[in-house]
Amino acid sequence: MLELPRQMLDEIVAHARRDHPDEACGVVAGKDGRATRVIVMENAERSPTFYRFDAQEQLRVWRSMDDADEVPFVIYHSHTATEAHPSRTDISLASEPDAHYLLVSTRSETEEEVRSFRIVDGQVAEEALTVI
Amino acid sequence: MAIEVRIPTILRTYTDGQKAVEGKGDTLADLIDDLDSRHAGLKGRLITEQGGLHRFVNVYVNDEDVRFLGALETKLADGDSVTVLPAVAGGAERPARAAVTAGGSF
Repeated sequence: MLELPRQMLDEIVAHARRDHPDEACGVVAGKDGRATRVIVMENAERSPTFYRFDAQEQLRVWRSMDDADEVPFVIYHSHTATEAHPSRTDISLASEPDAHYLLVSTRSETEEEVRSFRIVDGQVAEEALTVI
Repeated sequence: MAIEVRIPTILRTYTDGQKAVEGKGDTLADLIDDLDSRHAGLKGRLITEQGGLHRFVNVYVNDEDVRFLGALETKLADGDSVTVLPAVAGGAERPARAAVTAGGSF
Protein backbone atom coordinates (compact mmCIF):
# COMPACT_ATOMS: atom_id res chain seq x y z
CA MET A 1 0.00 0.00 0.00
CA LEU A 2 1.10 3.53 -0.74
CA GLU A 3 0.14 6.37 1.58
CA LEU A 4 0.48 9.82 0.08
CA PRO A 5 -0.51 13.18 1.56
CA ARG A 6 -3.25 14.94 -0.44
CA GLN A 7 -1.00 17.94 -1.03
CA MET A 8 1.67 15.78 -2.71
CA LEU A 9 -0.87 13.99 -4.86
CA ASP A 10 -2.33 17.34 -5.92
CA GLU A 11 1.15 18.55 -6.85
CA ILE A 12 1.77 15.45 -8.98
CA VAL A 13 -1.58 15.68 -10.76
CA ALA A 14 -1.07 19.41 -11.38
CA HIS A 15 2.35 18.65 -12.89
CA ALA A 16 0.82 16.00 -15.16
CA ARG A 17 -1.89 18.42 -16.30
CA ARG A 18 0.64 21.19 -16.89
CA ASP A 19 2.80 19.03 -19.17
CA HIS A 20 -0.13 17.41 -21.01
CA PRO A 21 -0.09 16.28 -23.86
CA ASP A 22 3.52 15.33 -23.11
CA GLU A 23 4.19 12.82 -20.37
CA ALA A 24 5.27 14.25 -17.04
CA CYS A 25 7.60 12.47 -14.63
CA GLY A 26 9.12 12.85 -11.22
CA VAL A 27 10.00 11.32 -7.89
CA VAL A 28 8.68 11.40 -4.37
CA ALA A 29 11.55 11.04 -1.97
CA GLY A 30 10.87 9.04 1.15
CA LYS A 31 12.36 8.10 4.46
CA ASP A 32 11.39 5.25 6.79
CA GLY A 33 8.52 4.25 4.53
CA ARG A 34 7.01 7.75 4.39
CA ALA A 35 6.92 10.32 1.62
CA THR A 36 9.03 13.40 2.36
CA ARG A 37 8.96 15.60 -0.75
CA VAL A 38 7.89 15.72 -4.39
CA ILE A 39 10.67 16.34 -6.91
CA VAL A 40 9.38 17.40 -10.33
CA MET A 41 11.73 16.09 -13.03
CA GLU A 42 12.33 17.15 -16.60
CA ASN A 43 11.08 14.70 -19.22
CA ALA A 44 14.19 14.73 -21.41
CA GLU A 45 12.17 13.11 -24.21
CA ARG A 46 9.39 15.75 -24.22
CA SER A 47 7.11 13.16 -25.77
CA PRO A 48 3.43 12.26 -25.49
CA THR A 49 4.33 8.55 -25.42
CA PHE A 50 7.70 8.31 -23.69
CA TYR A 51 9.57 9.71 -20.71
CA ARG A 52 13.10 9.61 -19.49
CA PHE A 53 14.72 11.51 -16.65
CA ASP A 54 17.51 13.82 -17.74
CA ALA A 55 20.68 11.90 -16.80
CA GLN A 56 22.47 14.82 -15.16
CA GLU A 57 19.39 15.93 -13.22
CA GLN A 58 18.80 12.35 -12.08
CA LEU A 59 22.34 12.12 -10.69
CA ARG A 60 21.90 15.40 -8.78
CA VAL A 61 18.55 14.32 -7.34
CA TRP A 62 19.75 10.80 -6.42
CA ARG A 63 22.77 12.35 -4.67
CA SER A 64 20.60 14.79 -2.75
CA MET A 65 18.39 11.91 -1.62
CA ASP A 66 21.46 9.91 -0.58
CA ASP A 67 22.77 12.86 1.41
CA ALA A 68 19.41 13.21 3.20
CA ASP A 69 19.14 9.44 3.85
CA GLU A 70 16.13 9.38 1.54
CA VAL A 71 15.25 6.85 -1.14
CA PRO A 72 13.31 7.12 -4.39
CA PHE A 73 10.05 6.21 -2.65
CA VAL A 74 7.69 6.86 -5.58
CA ILE A 75 8.50 7.12 -9.29
CA TYR A 76 5.60 8.84 -11.00
CA HIS A 77 4.74 9.55 -14.60
CA SER A 78 1.68 10.30 -16.66
CA HIS A 79 -0.02 8.63 -19.57
CA THR A 80 -1.78 11.26 -21.60
CA ALA A 81 -4.12 9.19 -23.78
CA THR A 82 -4.30 5.81 -22.08
CA GLU A 83 -5.15 4.34 -18.69
CA ALA A 84 -3.09 4.77 -15.53
CA HIS A 85 -1.57 1.32 -15.80
CA PRO A 86 2.06 0.36 -16.55
CA SER A 87 2.69 -0.26 -20.24
CA ARG A 88 5.00 -2.92 -21.62
CA THR A 89 7.69 -0.25 -21.90
CA ASP A 90 7.16 0.81 -18.27
CA ILE A 91 7.50 -2.79 -17.13
CA SER A 92 10.58 -3.63 -19.18
CA LEU A 93 12.41 -0.48 -18.07
CA ALA A 94 11.39 -0.45 -14.39
CA SER A 95 14.65 -0.27 -12.47
CA GLU A 96 13.76 0.59 -8.87
CA PRO A 97 12.43 -2.61 -7.27
CA ASP A 98 11.86 -0.86 -3.94
CA ALA A 99 9.84 2.04 -5.38
CA HIS A 100 6.11 2.54 -5.77
CA TYR A 101 5.27 3.26 -9.40
CA LEU A 102 2.54 5.88 -9.52
CA LEU A 103 0.68 6.34 -12.80
CA VAL A 104 -1.46 9.37 -13.57
CA SER A 105 -3.71 9.47 -16.61
CA THR A 106 -4.63 12.87 -17.99
CA ARG A 107 -6.89 11.49 -20.73
CA SER A 108 -9.89 12.99 -18.91
CA GLU A 109 -9.79 16.72 -18.20
CA THR A 110 -12.07 16.40 -15.21
CA GLU A 111 -11.53 12.98 -13.69
CA GLU A 112 -8.51 12.27 -11.48
CA GLU A 113 -7.11 8.89 -12.48
CA VAL A 114 -4.18 7.79 -10.32
CA ARG A 115 -3.06 4.24 -9.49
CA SER A 116 -0.07 2.73 -7.73
CA PHE A 117 1.94 -0.38 -8.60
CA ARG A 118 4.99 -2.38 -7.69
CA ILE A 119 7.10 -3.57 -10.60
CA VAL A 120 9.68 -6.22 -9.73
CA ASP A 121 11.42 -8.53 -12.19
CA GLY A 122 8.87 -7.79 -14.88
CA GLN A 123 5.93 -8.58 -12.59
CA VAL A 124 3.30 -5.90 -11.94
CA ALA A 125 1.18 -5.80 -8.81
CA GLU A 126 -1.35 -3.07 -8.22
CA GLU A 127 -1.53 -1.82 -4.64
CA ALA A 128 -3.92 0.35 -2.69
CA LEU A 129 -3.31 4.08 -2.83
CA THR A 130 -4.40 5.81 0.35
CA VAL A 131 -4.58 9.58 0.40
CA ILE A 132 -3.86 10.95 3.86
CA MET B 1 44.44 3.65 -4.95
CA ALA B 2 41.65 2.30 -7.02
CA ILE B 3 38.46 3.43 -8.72
CA GLU B 4 35.35 3.49 -6.59
CA VAL B 5 32.19 2.32 -8.33
CA ARG B 6 28.77 3.07 -6.84
CA ILE B 7 26.26 0.34 -7.60
CA PRO B 8 22.48 0.91 -7.79
CA THR B 9 20.03 -1.21 -5.76
CA ILE B 10 18.91 -3.28 -8.74
CA LEU B 11 22.49 -4.46 -9.47
CA ARG B 12 23.56 -5.20 -5.89
CA THR B 13 22.65 -8.85 -6.37
CA TYR B 14 25.96 -9.00 -8.27
CA THR B 15 27.95 -7.33 -5.49
CA ASP B 16 26.67 -9.24 -2.45
CA GLY B 17 24.58 -6.25 -1.53
CA GLN B 18 27.49 -3.81 -1.49
CA LYS B 19 26.63 -0.22 -2.42
CA ALA B 20 30.13 0.48 -3.68
CA VAL B 21 32.94 -1.71 -4.96
CA GLU B 22 36.46 -1.02 -6.15
CA GLY B 23 38.01 -1.80 -9.46
CA LYS B 24 40.76 -0.82 -11.83
CA GLY B 25 41.23 -0.11 -15.50
CA ASP B 26 42.57 2.49 -17.90
CA THR B 27 39.21 2.88 -19.60
CA LEU B 28 35.59 2.32 -18.60
CA ALA B 29 35.56 -0.86 -20.73
CA ASP B 30 38.61 -2.19 -18.82
CA LEU B 31 37.02 -1.31 -15.50
CA ILE B 32 33.82 -3.17 -16.38
CA ASP B 33 35.85 -6.24 -17.38
CA ASP B 34 37.72 -6.03 -14.09
CA LEU B 35 34.48 -5.75 -12.10
CA ASP B 36 32.94 -8.64 -14.00
CA SER B 37 35.88 -10.89 -13.02
CA ARG B 38 34.78 -10.53 -9.37
CA HIS B 39 31.09 -9.79 -9.83
CA ALA B 40 30.14 -12.15 -12.63
CA GLY B 41 27.15 -11.01 -14.64
CA LEU B 42 27.54 -7.30 -14.03
CA LYS B 43 29.01 -6.68 -17.47
CA GLY B 44 25.96 -8.17 -19.15
CA ARG B 45 23.75 -5.62 -17.40
CA LEU B 46 25.86 -2.67 -18.52
CA ILE B 47 26.92 -3.60 -22.04
CA THR B 48 24.75 -4.88 -24.87
CA GLU B 49 25.49 -7.93 -27.01
CA GLN B 50 26.59 -5.50 -29.70
CA GLY B 51 29.28 -4.23 -27.35
CA GLY B 52 27.92 -0.77 -26.60
CA LEU B 53 26.87 0.77 -23.35
CA HIS B 54 23.27 -0.12 -22.59
CA ARG B 55 20.94 2.67 -23.65
CA PHE B 56 19.05 2.65 -20.35
CA VAL B 57 22.04 2.66 -18.03
CA ASN B 58 23.63 5.92 -17.02
CA VAL B 59 27.31 5.81 -16.11
CA TYR B 60 29.06 8.84 -14.68
CA VAL B 61 32.77 9.42 -14.15
CA ASN B 62 33.35 12.06 -11.49
CA ASP B 63 29.70 13.05 -11.96
CA GLU B 64 29.99 13.53 -15.75
CA ASP B 65 27.78 11.42 -18.02
CA VAL B 66 30.17 9.18 -19.97
CA ARG B 67 28.09 9.67 -23.11
CA PHE B 68 29.75 13.08 -23.28
CA LEU B 69 33.20 11.82 -22.34
CA GLY B 70 33.86 8.92 -24.69
CA ALA B 71 31.45 6.20 -23.57
CA LEU B 72 33.28 2.90 -22.98
CA GLU B 73 36.57 4.46 -24.13
CA THR B 74 36.43 7.08 -21.37
CA LYS B 75 39.87 7.26 -19.74
CA LEU B 76 40.08 6.50 -16.05
CA ALA B 77 42.70 7.14 -13.39
CA ASP B 78 43.21 5.99 -9.81
CA GLY B 79 40.99 7.95 -7.50
CA ASP B 80 38.23 8.48 -10.05
CA SER B 81 34.70 7.86 -8.91
CA VAL B 82 32.26 5.99 -11.14
CA THR B 83 28.50 5.94 -10.53
CA VAL B 84 26.07 3.59 -12.24
CA LEU B 85 22.38 4.54 -12.25
CA PRO B 86 19.65 2.83 -14.23
CA ALA B 87 17.83 5.39 -16.33
CA VAL B 88 14.32 6.11 -15.14
CA ALA B 89 12.24 5.81 -18.27
CA GLY B 90 9.06 4.40 -19.71
CA GLY B 91 5.95 5.56 -21.42
CA ALA B 92 2.55 4.70 -22.74
CA GLU B 93 3.82 3.08 -25.91
CA ARG B 94 6.99 1.72 -27.33
CA PRO B 95 8.65 4.57 -29.18
CA ALA B 96 9.31 3.89 -32.83
CA ARG B 97 13.00 3.49 -32.25
CA ALA B 98 15.00 0.36 -32.88
CA ALA B 99 17.36 1.25 -30.05
CA VAL B 100 14.77 0.44 -27.41
CA THR B 101 14.17 -3.11 -28.55
CA ALA B 102 17.81 -3.65 -29.50
CA GLY B 103 18.86 -2.48 -26.05
CA GLY B 104 16.50 -4.89 -24.35
CA SER B 105 15.19 -4.41 -20.87
CA PHE B 106 17.42 -3.22 -18.09
